[in-house]
Amino acid sequence: MPKGMTELRHKYLRHHKKFPHVWCSGCGNGIVLGALIRAIERLKLKKDDIVLASGIGCSGRMPTYVDFNTVHTTHGRALTFATGIKLAKPSLNVIAVMGDGDATAIGGNHFIHAARRNLDLTAIIINNQIYGMTGGQASPTTPYGANSTTSSFSNIEHAFSIAELAVAAGASFVARGTVYHAAQLDKLIEKGIRKNGFSVVEIMSNCHVQFGRRNNMGDPVTMLNWFKEHAISKVNGSSIPPDSLDDNFTIGILADVDKPDYIAEYQKIRQMAKGK
Amino acid sequence: MVPELNGKKLLLQGNEAMVEGAIAAGCRFYAGYPITPASEISERMSYRLPQVDGTFIQMEDEISSLGAVIGASLAGVKSMTATSGPGFSLMQENLGYACMTEVPCVIVNVMRGGPSTGLPTSPAQGDVMQARWGTHGDHPIIVLSVASVSECFSIIVTAFNLSEKYRVPVIVLSDEVVAHSRETFTIPPADSIEVVDRIAPNVPPEWYKPYEDNSRGVPTMSSMGDGYRHHVTGLVHDADGFPTDKPGEIEAFTKRQFRKITNGFFEIQITKKFNLEDAEIVVIAYGSVARSARHAVAMARAQGIKAGLIQLVTIFPFPKNTVVNVMRQCKAVLVPEMNMGQISREVKRVNPGTTEVFKYNRIDGQLITPQEIFEEIQKI
Repeated sequence: MPKGMTELRHKYLRHHKKFPHVWCSGCGNGIVLGALIRAIERLKLKKDDIVLASGIGCSGRMPTYVDFNTVHTTHGRALTFATGIKLAKPSLNVIAVMGDGDATAIGGNHFIHAARRNLDLTAIIINNQIYGMTGGQASPTTPYGANSTTSSFSNIEHAFSIAELAVAAGASFVARGTVYHAAQLDKLIEKGIRKNGFSVVEIMSNCHVQFGRRNNMGDPVTMLNWFKEHAISKVNGSSIPPDSLDDNFTIGILADVDKPDYIAEYQKIRQMAKGK
Repeated sequence: MVPELNGKKLLLQGNEAMVEGAIAAGCRFYAGYPITPASEISERMSYRLPQVDGTFIQMEDEISSLGAVIGASLAGVKSMTATSGPGFSLMQENLGYACMTEVPCVIVNVMRGGPSTGLPTSPAQGDVMQARWGTHGDHPIIVLSVASVSECFSIIVTAFNLSEKYRVPVIVLSDEVVAHSRETFTIPPADSIEVVDRIAPNVPPEWYKPYEDNSRGVPTMSSMGDGYRHHVTGLVHDADGFPTDKPGEIEAFTKRQFRKITNGFFEIQITKKFNLEDAEIVVIAYGSVARSARHAVAMARAQGIKAGLIQLVTIFPFPKNTVVNVMRQCKAVLVPEMNMGQISREVKRVNPGTTEVFKYNRIDGQLITPQEIFEEIQKI
């Protein structure tokens, strides 16, 4: 019998220490946080065995609020700290939460190498298509033509497709969801954590204050409806070529392959090093 | 088979000796990136760490290398990385993070000609001030230097011990000459090497305050997964580890950071003294230049000149008291360096006004020879 949210809040959040939180009213980060703790509840993991690492930005504040081993690292580098933590203590469940700018701009290189290495980490990338914390500058996922504080005429850059990048880089589990499709989000995050290997869960989220407001979607409901209208489930969308997607994007599990994770491979190295 | 090296007389390169020293000190995680003249450290670590159930990983750059090192240390494993100038510049942000979060780790910088790509295969000592101030913000840090293969072993052990004891990153400055020189060296028996570990919390988790002040100014340190869940952040934080914007808490935090190091000056500031009892001219040197200086002082003594040497093992915090005490008793001080004069500035800063300070600088990628230092001594 799933626990009610009130019980989960008391169990998993540092609610007596760090609330009220810093996020705007209606921010999608809250839905992601809810999905994360519901997933962890279903996985029955011990809080002491969980690490939540973050980069810098609004998503970066998430570890403050959860009662795990938490580390708020430098901009773009969450996956590098997560790598060291996991290699030092493989028994830990290491999750990294990042924003789109953190993960694909300054952190882009670490993202593709973490995927390539297939280290057993879970990367949750909250894609709100903007640098929110710093006031609304364009990010690598801000859509072509959009308005932002650094593209106030028009954005002439095209956006990354984060999930597709992860697949190409070698991640063994890649999923994309949205904060509108909250129930699916619980399951995607749960599967990502459960997966042994590098998992990426990209989550389209609403920053109505910095992105939406400048692009005719200035409130959470309008943005959530936008996600609803533009998300195509992977099953239905598998036959659509990526360049015909326009504003649309696929959601669901985009990749789920089984291959040896980094630590399993490194165990072989230890054997070889000892001459066995 | 895993080699049994303790007690064995080996012909080792400086870089190789550092690996053995790190392993002897308990280092079991290394993340690095290739760079001349430090690559041999990564190479030997990749070979030796899995032999002792440690983990080596080559990361995609120096930034991620130091990130992984800090992560591994937070999870309870002694960790190290090694690089040279260009990589050291890249590491500055994460270095500040380790200072702010008080995570023990050792960073080796095998100095080469700079700035920028510089002289990849030539020695220099141009990163000294960067080691102290390279990362932004007010932060104390410990910077040590090595002058021989034997010191590459022993000073790395010291670096790990100080890092654990004071919860501060320790930078070890080597240079291309020391790193690539080969000397015979006997690895001491394991039980003769003093190894210091971080002090774990001594209260139940409910009472644990990860950044609480105490008499030493160094908070106890738990490891992830030990039951002491807490928050670590690069933002200025309170005793609970959570970000703060209260002026009183911010000031207290920064002052404690400095106080914890000041409290440790007695063991952090390490120097080696040669022929100082009646010295009139004292050479102050570090790194490979200190080797040349030792020989130069011997040459001077043979000519009846009362010369002596202070070798700075610890460069920062600068051993002011030792240097000032010596300066009061001698007539002149000579500071030979392979840079435009970085430690000479520190010497001049602490000069009680009684002593003339002479510089001798070489910035052409060549090691300062004993003959050059001897000639400078003669000129004084």
